[in-house]
Amino acid sequence: MRLKQKDLLGLENLTAKEIQLILDTAKPFKELFTRSVKKVPTLRGKTVVLLFYEPSTRTRNSFELAAKRLSADTLNISVNMSSVVKGESLIDTGKTIEAMKADFVVIRHAMSGAPHLLAKTISGSVINAGDGLHEHPTQGLLDLFTIREKKGRIKDLKVGIIGDIMHSRVARSDIWGLKKMGAEVHLIGPVTLMPCGIEKMGVYIHWCLEDIIDKLDVINILRIQSERQADNLFPSLREYNEIFGVNTMRLANAKKELLIMHPGPMNRGVEISTSVADSPRAVITEQVTNGIAIRMAVFYLLAGSQSPIPSII
Amino acid sequence: MKNGKRTSVMDARQLAKALARVADAIIRDLKKMDDVVIIGTQTRGVHLAHRIAKYIGEHTGIEPPVGVLDITLYRDDISSIERQPLIKETDIPFDVTDKKIVLVDDVIYTGRTIRAGIDELMDFGRPCSIKLAALIDRGQRELPIQPDFVGKTIPTKPGDKVRVFVEEIDGHDEVIVARK
Repeated sequence: MRLKQKDLLGLENLTAKEIQLILDTAKPFKELFTRSVKKVPTLRGKTVVLLFYEPSTRTRNSFELAAKRLSADTLNISVNMSSVVKGESLIDTGKTIEAMKADFVVIRHAMSGAPHLLAKTISGSVINAGDGLHEHPTQGLLDLFTIREKKGRIKDLKVGIIGDIMHSRVARSDIWGLKKMGAEVHLIGPVTLMPCGIEKMGVYIHWCLEDIIDKLDVINILRIQSERQADNLFPSLREYNEIFGVNTMRLANAKKELLIMHPGPMNRGVEISTSVADSPRAVITEQVTNGIAIRMAVFYLLAGSQSPIPSII
Repeated sequence: MKNGKRTSVMDARQLAKALARVADAIIRDLKKMDDVVIIGTQTRGVHLAHRIAKYIGEHTGIEPPVGVLDITLYRDDISSIERQPLIKETDIPFDVTDKKIVLVDDVIYTGRTIRAGIDELMDFGRPCSIKLAALIDRGQRELPIQPDFVGKTIPTKPGDKVRVFVEEIDGHDEVIVARK
C-alpha cells in the first residue's frame, strides 16, 4: 500500500484508507522515541526545505525534528530573511528550490491554495503546513492519531470543536478527517466566528457548549487568535472567556472519560482555563509528541510515492 | 509465481530437524547461554527465533530472551521499491550492550536485510558479538555477509522465489522454491 499523490495538501483529497495508512505508519515511529537512539537512516541524503511565510515555532520545529530523526537534511527559509521581501513570486521561489534539488518542501502560507500552486511547479513532494483558512493536514492527522490512540477508535465518536472555527484551518482539516473516519462532528462557537454554510460539511452547530457537552467524547479547543481582535468579531477576550472559555464548571456534566485537546499554543484564561489545561483528561503535550510521529510517517510514505508507479501490475 | 514450477524443499519434519541443527550449533558455538539473546527479523524470522530459544531452553536449562527486529527504516531502497513495505514493530525489551546476539532470519539472500539489521542493532547499544542464523541459505550474496549457522543450503537463481511457511502465520511448516 502506498499514497497515490506525491504531495500532502489536505485531508479533503485523501481517502479513509490512506488516512488509516498514515495513522498505522505513525505508530512504529512513536515507538522509536522510547529508544536511546531516536534516529533512523531512512531518508539519508534527502533534503527537506521548510518554507514558512507565516511565523510558526512549534509546527516548524516538529517538521524539522521529524526530518532529522529520519536522517534527512533540513533547510530553513523564513520569510523575513528571504528574497520574498525583495519581491520574488511563489513560483520563482519554487523554481529556485527545484534548482536546489529539494526532495520535500514543507510550506506555510497566508494564502489558501499556495501549496497547491507550488506542488504544480516542483517535482519534489509538497507538504502543506497550513495555508490561509484552508487546511493544516498534519495537525488534523495528529488529532486523529491522538483520538484513536486514547479511545481505540474514531468511528461513531462525538467530537466537539470549540472556538474560532472561521479562522481555523485546523478545524477544517479536523472536520474532513473526522468525517471520513466516521465520527460525528459538533462545532461550538460565537455566531461571528462560525463560517456561513459550514453545516454543508455534515457537522452540527451549537451556540453554547453546555447544550451538548454531556454527549461529547472528545473536545478540541481552538486557539483564540488575538490578532483577529481588530476585526471586532467579539467585544473582548474577557467576554469571550466568560461565554465560551472552557473551564471546570462548563465541563461539570461532561463524560468522565472526555478527552481534552488543544492544537497549541494555549491562551490560558481565554479559551481554556488552567484547571482544564492541566487536568489528567487533557492530552495537549502528548499531541506534540504524536505530531512528530505523524510527520515522520508522512515523509516516509511520500518518499515511497516519489518512485515511478510500475506499469506492470 | 503462477507460471513457475513450485518445489517443496522442506516439510514440517525436515524444518524442525533443520532448526534443531541450527540450535545445536548455537549451543556448541556459544557454550554459556547466560549472555545470549535471540533476535528474529520480521516477520517469519521472529517465529523461528522463538522456536530456537525454546529448544536452547530445553537442552541447556537457560532459555534466551527473544527480541523482534523490523528493518524497514534501515533499508537502502525505500524510494525505489515498487511496493512500499508497511513498517512493523521492533521490540527489544532488554539492553543489548555486552550481549551475544544471534540474529535469526528465515532466508539469507543478498545480505542487504542483514546489513540493515546489524546497523539497527548497533543503534540499540554495543553488543559483545552478533552471529547470524538462517534457516535457508539461497546464495546470490551482494554483500560480504555470511551466516554462522545454516539449516539448509539451496542453490538458486536470481529470479527464483524461496518461501518459508510457518505454522504460527501460515498454518503449516514448509519451505518451497518457485522457479521461473
